[in-house]
Amino acid sequence: MIVRRMFNTPAWGWRSPFGELERMKNQVDRLFEGYHKGLSGRQQSAGVFPLINVSEDKDAYRVRTELPGMKADDLDISATADSLAISGERKIAPEDEEVKYHRRERESGKFSRMIKLSGQIDPSKVEAGIADGILTVVLPKSESAKPRQIKIG
Amino acid sequence: MTDSETKDLQAKEKEEVVSPAEQTKQGPTFVPVADIFETESAITLLADMPGVKSENFDIDLREDTLTLTGEVLPPEGPGETDIFREYQTGRYYRQFTLSDVIDQSKIDAKLNDGVLRLTLPKVEKTAPRKITITAG
Repeated sequence: MIVRRMFNTPAWGWRSPFGELERMKNQVDRLFEGYHKGLSGRQQSAGVFPLINVSEDKDAYRVRTELPGMKADDLDISATADSLAISGERKIAPEDEEVKYHRRERESGKFSRMIKLSGQIDPSKVEAGIADGILTVVLPKSESAKPRQIKIG
Repeated sequence: MTDSETKDLQAKEKEEVVSPAEQTKQGPTFVPVADIFETESAITLLADMPGVKSENFDIDLREDTLTLTGEVLPPEGPGETDIFREYQTGRYYRQFTLSDVIDQSKIDAKLNDGVLRLTLPKVEKTAPRKITITAG
């Protein structure tokens, strides 16, 4: 009796060889479900330059992005009824050749980003401005997408 | 640089300041990315500080420690609600230790389009004096 207890093999493991696999699969699924939930709960960036913030008020969407050192001429912005595309090139003017660099952290290069908006906008009324290295694009909502107060008659 | 050599910019999250001391102000503090280079006569520092206006920017040089601070006011208006946020805004803070003696009276700082350009002229070194040893 004592020996049998020492080799205490779980009976269900033999009764259904796929039972254990099924249990493992469920565990993995749960793990990933939690992982995905965790991601959407946090604000995960798309990882595409430039990083953007989007907000809205009752009249418009506002898209902001940090583009230090860039001027309006370096940027190309276009909008459709439900999307916005921002592209450009950040250039860093070269310094004299005889300078000795201690740190070079600022980066130059090209970028292109497209975002889909959750509602319809009026592309003809889109306005963009850049100040202190921050680009702000104001995308007025189309009349049909604006919230409307309904009067109860 | 020709077009074929231009690389694509990669998205990078701003680095938050890790401070051993408790912050007394609300909100996050970030480390601005910077270029530092040196010539015979000066040290130049370029730092990306988007959102900082010149009135909210401060430079402090004490002995050999240079401190940069920039406040960023939240750009969002009162009626706005976030749809999604990929970057945070807050103040910028970074300290540098300078190895050369800087001529404080000639420091020049410009803040244009969210980029700081700080020129720190070195104090001119006096020529080493030659000492002649006279045999006694």
